[in-house]
Amino acid sequence: MTSRHRPHHRFAAVLLGCAIAAMGWSAAWADALGDIHKAGVLKVGIFEDFPPFASAGSDMSLHGYDVDVANALAATLGVKLDLVGITGQNRIPYLNEHKVDILLSVGQSAEREKVIDFTVAYAPYYIAVMGPRALPVADAAALAGKTIAVNRGTLEDTSLTEAAPKTADIKRFDNYNGVIAAFLAGQVQLIAVGNDVGASVLARHPAIEPEQKFQLMSSPDHIALNKNEPALKQALDEAIAKMKTDGSLNKISLQWLQKPLDAKDL
Amino acid sequence: MTGLDVGWIAASAVALANGVVTTVWLIAVTILFGGVLSVAGAAARRSGLPWCRATASGYVELIRNTPFIVQLFFVFFGLPSLGVHLTATVAAILAMTINVSAYGTEIVRAGLDAVAPGQREAGRALGLHNLTIFVCIVLPQALRTVFPALVSQMVITMLDSAVVSQIAVRDLTYEADLIQAHTFLSFQTYALVTAIYLGLSILLRRVLGLAGRAVLGPGIS
Repeated sequence: MTSRHRPHHRFAAVLLGCAIAAMGWSAAWADALGDIHKAGVLKVGIFEDFPPFASAGSDMSLHGYDVDVANALAATLGVKLDLVGITGQNRIPYLNEHKVDILLSVGQSAEREKVIDFTVAYAPYYIAVMGPRALPVADAAALAGKTIAVNRGTLEDTSLTEAAPKTADIKRFDNYNGVIAAFLAGQVQLIAVGNDVGASVLARHPAIEPEQKFQLMSSPDHIALNKNEPALKQALDEAIAKMKTDGSLNKISLQWLQKPLDAKDL
Repeated sequence: MTGLDVGWIAASAVALANGVVTTVWLIAVTILFGGVLSVAGAAARRSGLPWCRATASGYVELIRNTPFIVQLFFVFFGLPSLGVHLTATVAAILAMTINVSAYGTEIVRAGLDAVAPGQREAGRALGLHNLTIFVCIVLPQALRTVFPALVSQMVITMLDSAVVSQIAVRDLTYEADLIQAHTFLSFQTYALVTAIYLGLSILLRRVLGLAGRAVLGPGIS
């Protein structure tokens, strides 16, 4: 038996060696904007189960606020758009490992600022705790002893973990789909999601009478990009500024959020 | 992302240890129930009762021809609409047990088929009861033959158990995902977790090997 297992140990040692070697290697990335132009493609990481920002329509193609913004950005840069589906927890590695050029729907936080860069905000986003009408929850303290589903690694997760008392049972799922499914199946009592997301998903299930309990935080959405990319950051900031002044961003907001863009939300 | 930052390992050690405990607990319970169910399933597959055989083969076909994650989602997200509410951990154990038992049934059945018919006939000639013949004569020989295959199946199930993090069971993968989501040190986190899973697999093989030799006698690997 022991002799059969020796190759395992040798393999483990090789694996560990590779791991240590790879850690010493750091990618030197010259110019993301130049690379995007060279490739002729802008790879944008977006959630695929995140209405009204991005979700599959009846023809299974993605549509929503983020999809329109991504299209506008690609048009401004004069390249083709490639939408890449990501999850709350894998998207920052996707960006850092250059599997995507930018991410949409990213809220700004101190811990994220250590590893990624942000443009100016392009969409309002409020994080709220939602639940059935029958269950009264007035504030974060009332979450004690309740089960709440949240998308792992998102700002919902961070802000809920901070605000909720220790006895609150926070269930973290891999994607918004899991959060919503757990709630609709009755596996959790409450969910913490963006209020626009919650509203549009739960509107499909009026029987549960879901309502917003209280707001956790306001966290406008930014475009995220890798650090030390001043050229790309400037190009994106200018593209958003242009969309704000020419009214095209307002049009997107009216279509998907059913309200005009308010500067104080951003 | 450059260099090996050691601080995060210390901060994450408790979370990872909890994750390891959960993963070990899940697989321990699954092996216990799955082992018994595999033998029962194999016995049913070779039973004299037609409905017994039909039920067992239907179960084996259903489970072996559908993905584990779908079975898990059915138990956790689907059963509540039938009024069955299970906690995430119970749902995970149930799905893992149902899954491993289907594969185990086929493995043990192969072992039963490998036992020479003369063994059964000798038991009958001695006037032993059918159940005694199965438990004391046929089953130990069958299990000796297929023990390595059974152990491999259990290791595969332990590795597949990473999927239960999808229903918010706080296993090793769940804790790793969470640490990664907070520290963004994806390479380091997953390299460490890969090493932990590797260690767990080697350990599980050894423990099951020891248990096998203790119960079924020497010569089992």
